[in-house]
Amino acid sequence: MSITPNSPSGSTKTGPLPAGTQAPDFQLSTTPDQRVSLSDFRGQPVILFFYPADWSPVCGDQTALYNELLPEFRRFNAALLGASVDGAWCHLAFAKHRNLHYPLLSDFEPKGQVARTYGVYRAGDGTSERAIFVINSEGVIHWSYLSPIGVNPGADGILNALEELAAQKEPQLEEKK
Amino acid sequence: MTQSMLTLPVSGRDHTLGPANAPATLLEYGDYECPHCGAAYPVVEALRERLGDRLRFAYRHFPLSQIHPHAELDAEAAEAAGAQGKFWDMHHALFTHQDALDGAHLMRYAAAIGLDMGAFQRDLETQAYAGRVREDFMSGVRSGVNGTPTFFINGARYEGSHDFATMLEVLNTVVEAAVVEAAVVEAAVAEASRREAVR
Repeated sequence: MSITPNSPSGSTKTGPLPAGTQAPDFQLSTTPDQRVSLSDFRGQPVILFFYPADWSPVCGDQTALYNELLPEFRRFNAALLGASVDGAWCHLAFAKHRNLHYPLLSDFEPKGQVARTYGVYRAGDGTSERAIFVINSEGVIHWSYLSPIGVNPGADGILNALEELAAQKEPQLEEKK
Repeated sequence: MTQSMLTLPVSGRDHTLGPANAPATLLEYGDYECPHCGAAYPVVEALRERLGDRLRFAYRHFPLSQIHPHAELDAEAAEAAGAQGKFWDMHHALFTHQDALDGAHLMRYAAAIGLDMGAFQRDLETQAYAGRVREDFMSGVRSGVNGTPTFFINGARYEGSHDFATMLEVLNTVVEAAVVEAAVVEAAVAEASRREAVR
């Protein structure tokens, strides 16, 4: 697997990191007193989605939709992580208000640094793009998708990617079917 | 990622109004507690009235239960009513009473539409139709549904606004195209059988 060096000045001009790229590790706050690293989830698929901001209507639909799909993601043993440049206190209020049952990462200081390393920072707006990365259990990006900023990308692409990963992992089982 | 096509075609499994061979099929993915679906409800009713037998309407459940606490139970209630042949009666009751969707009100609507209350209550308690509601929901997810209401017209996602005039125009176009296509097919079949007869 090729490893793409992280560029701290990465902009969206390069686009989201493509499939086959080692997903850059990070450590971000999920609550005011908790931090998670991508590497904590090694050994299981990770769905990492960036969205521009808490509270905006489209994000609301997207975060709510993924909330409903947690049982489906769990079937693939996949972890779901949302990320935006909002602060941890803002995430806390948003998650509580929307009854979200998965962590929201705060890409807050230095602002948007993780979004930059994934190629999904909007420098003009100071937010991340609306983008999805499905990362395999070895930490390699299996699928990435950049959505138009105002469009909720749904979840069909995520589920297709998770199914592909499951099929790769257990080809013998698939053949037996 | 949004796919524009419906992955599970409208079929006998679905609750439908209007003829199965109607030139246009309008499918809604909806949530009984969603205010946008509530706003779309009279629009759909008006479209059905205007288009008559030219339109088949189908409804599938897409409850966002974490933000709409009654949505899942309401969807199961509609299915439980459907098991007694009264899906649409419950559907209409729910969309015309979006301010009163809790269990006690469900019982009132069930009684008003003449359901067997014992069976209805048992179906809700045992969540007899939770699987069916989930099947609807997942068919929507796999078709790129990202919120409610989402409409499909003859299997293609409808991206326009949810007002009567816009939807009527699109449906009329689809109906006309289907009628023309049917006429072309009919003519081709007639031509083929005429040649067969000559031979």
